[in-house]
Amino acid sequence: MERNKLSVDPTIPNIYQKAREEGISTVFDRYEAQQPQCGFGLTGLCCRHCVQGPCRIDPFGEGPQAGICGATAEVITARNLLRQVAAGAAAHVDHAYDVLEVLEQIAKGTESYSIKDQEKLKQVAFTLGIDTANKTEREIVEEMCQIIYRDFANSGATPMTYLKANSPQERLETWEKLGVLPRNPDREIREALHQTTMGMDADPVNLILKTIRLGLVDGFAGLKLATDLQDIIFGTPQPVVTEANLGVLKEDYVNIIVHGHVPLLSEKIVEWSRKLEDEAKKAGAKGINLAGICCTGNEVLMRQGVPLATNFLAQELAIVTGAVDLMVVDVQCIMPSLAEIAACYHTRLVTTMPIVRIPGAEHVPFTTETADTASQQIVRMAIESFQKRNPAKVYIPREKAKVVAGFSVEAIIKALAKLNPEEPLKPLIDNIVSGNILGVVATVGCNNVKVKHDWFHIELVKELIRNNVLVVTTGCSAHALAKAGFMDPAAVEWTGEGLKAVLTAIGTANDLGGPLPPVLHMGSCVDNSRIGDLVIAVANYLKVSPKDLPVAASAPEYQHEKALSIGTWAVAMGIMTHLGVVPPVAGSPKVTRILTQDAEALIGGKFYVETDPYKAAAGIIEHIKAKRALLNL
Amino acid sequence: MREILVDLEKCLGCKTCELACATAHSKEKNFFAAIFEEPKPVRRIFVEADGSTNFPLTCRHCEDAPCVTACMSGALTKDELTGEVVLNSQRCIGCFMCVMVCPFGVIVENQRKAAKCDRCAEIGYPQCVLACPTKALSFIEVPVYAKKERKKYLTNFLVKE
Repeated sequence: MERNKLSVDPTIPNIYQKAREEGISTVFDRYEAQQPQCGFGLTGLCCRHCVQGPCRIDPFGEGPQAGICGATAEVITARNLLRQVAAGAAAHVDHAYDVLEVLEQIAKGTESYSIKDQEKLKQVAFTLGIDTANKTEREIVEEMCQIIYRDFANSGATPMTYLKANSPQERLETWEKLGVLPRNPDREIREALHQTTMGMDADPVNLILKTIRLGLVDGFAGLKLATDLQDIIFGTPQPVVTEANLGVLKEDYVNIIVHGHVPLLSEKIVEWSRKLEDEAKKAGAKGINLAGICCTGNEVLMRQGVPLATNFLAQELAIVTGAVDLMVVDVQCIMPSLAEIAACYHTRLVTTMPIVRIPGAEHVPFTTETADTASQQIVRMAIESFQKRNPAKVYIPREKAKVVAGFSVEAIIKALAKLNPEEPLKPLIDNIVSGNILGVVATVGCNNVKVKHDWFHIELVKELIRNNVLVVTTGCSAHALAKAGFMDPAAVEWTGEGLKAVLTAIGTANDLGGPLPPVLHMGSCVDNSRIGDLVIAVANYLKVSPKDLPVAASAPEYQHEKALSIGTWAVAMGIMTHLGVVPPVAGSPKVTRILTQDAEALIGGKFYVETDPYKAAAGIIEHIKAKRALLNL
Repeated sequence: MREILVDLEKCLGCKTCELACATAHSKEKNFFAAIFEEPKPVRRIFVEADGSTNFPLTCRHCEDAPCVTACMSGALTKDELTGEVVLNSQRCIGCFMCVMVCPFGVIVENQRKAAKCDRCAEIGYPQCVLACPTKALSFIEVPVYAKKERKKYLTNFLVKE
């Protein structure tokens, strides 16, 4: 692929050129080799659910219009989507469950982890109706675990406790009316798989309703649960200053990259990197330099100020710098190609989880019991590896951007409280009412090699902030915007006058020595729940439904099934969710229409597909203006 | 003179060439837009299967083309320069004599008129060839293709010996 067409990230062309010269093929080359991609797959019209198939429906109408079993285009696309959303939800629920198990271990007295945020513990306990008076921390944690475990052991039809405890009444009523309230989250995932097997549900509407139910499973048994428990264990993020892009790698330091999603591992690597700094110095390094990729990078960026190396699409190129001594991974978004590329350098790739093994990588099992010993071992492996680094193969790009991040809802409220201690949300809402802030958009999700790397995130957000739309962000979208300088307070110059005034006022009231950045980094992909919490808080304050607010979500470059399930949750919350890549449902006009039009009347939210960032910005702004008009703003 | 030639062993029957063909003959020339167009774009290549063999069939642009002989309105002509059998839709009266005489069955109906492979005249290169994921289709001079086949034969022959 032509190196200048890959990415808008300034580090990419040179590092990609280095890969080419060293005979390394990357995601960009493999994408090209995959062209053309199958049109039946692209439109969701291919069914492989039974072995009479594969079957495909002809989108041009001449060929077969039903699979061998009789499934039509709408059945096949809706079924495929439900399976993808169920898989995405499974990933997040599994993530949250791992954290829940650690919380239980804390109650049982493990020494590997502890409670860092008593405030958050009490707040979550309150939400779940736990009486905390006269109870020890351990007792509260125990009771909390029991309540949450009950959701996963629920054999009846009662809706999930964690969802009920955290949702506004109006949403609960809407979901109940539609019959989409999830019960036991594991059961919903199981049932979705059953429902989509051969000879089961043939009603596209029923399949889409189940998809929405799985979106809610993701939102509450995945995102919300994971974020809450991670905050309790590791602390709720507060503003931090750090840096982003491959320029954060350091020539004379041991460079360790944490890659994956769950902070259980990355937090421990941070802890032991700091504790073993002297060993690194003895080995001839100036110290240990940690950097993150993907959402575990976001987790330690938000809580520990660990700089960001790069995002999903450039994970291989990070290794091509030749400066990474060790990359340690846990789960999700880890390209299997990493092992082969690491083998071309001194870089050690370490897997840690029983469900992620990569041939060619070294495996160090990481559990609550081994958390400290495994992390020490991994950091020491990195120090050893540093001594084998070949300076002739090292190229560290210079580019990096200043990042102000750490905007949990708690941090945002705290910043706003400086303007109005009694009603912290009031200054935000007053500015939305006055039009200084036109609305709020969350840009989230991945990179997708089908889109020029980071380009859609950046172009869309440029347009939005120029039009006084406040942007909050998570995931690889946050990475793209961080690298491009949108989280540097200086970026306030790129915003409209109204937004600039608000950001400056909040910055001044908080003695930040400048404005807030126009794009607020709210964390990892599971931290989309923070955005959900903010939306709910604002809606509650105004006594309206989240669906009535002048807000929208966008996944400009999404690729993962998790993004589809998060998007479905956002739609279920009543939020219009833009997708910058055509989802694999276009093969059925009916399913497409339900998701992009009819859904709005049913649930308040809908998907909005637009592959041009400028048109997407215009469409989102139009939506925000329409919502403002309905609120008489 | 180049021809669209098929390596029979390589066709997996995915029909990507069919989708690319219909897209190439749509208004928008974009797959996601084309599937929503009315009237639906019509393909001019067809993957047919006979037991274990898949064959993407399309106009062979015959030298002594029966369709050209049968065409009474002069819509079908043989371009001596390019060797292509060219269909002028404006002249086509929709009698479908060509459909009846084509031995390959690759002339079809579109809007009450004949439609056939034009090697993507509007775009300039046969899109089916570009779309084939296994490179079963090639747009290539016959002698070059034949040479490749001879080499392949020789290799197989020597291996078997």
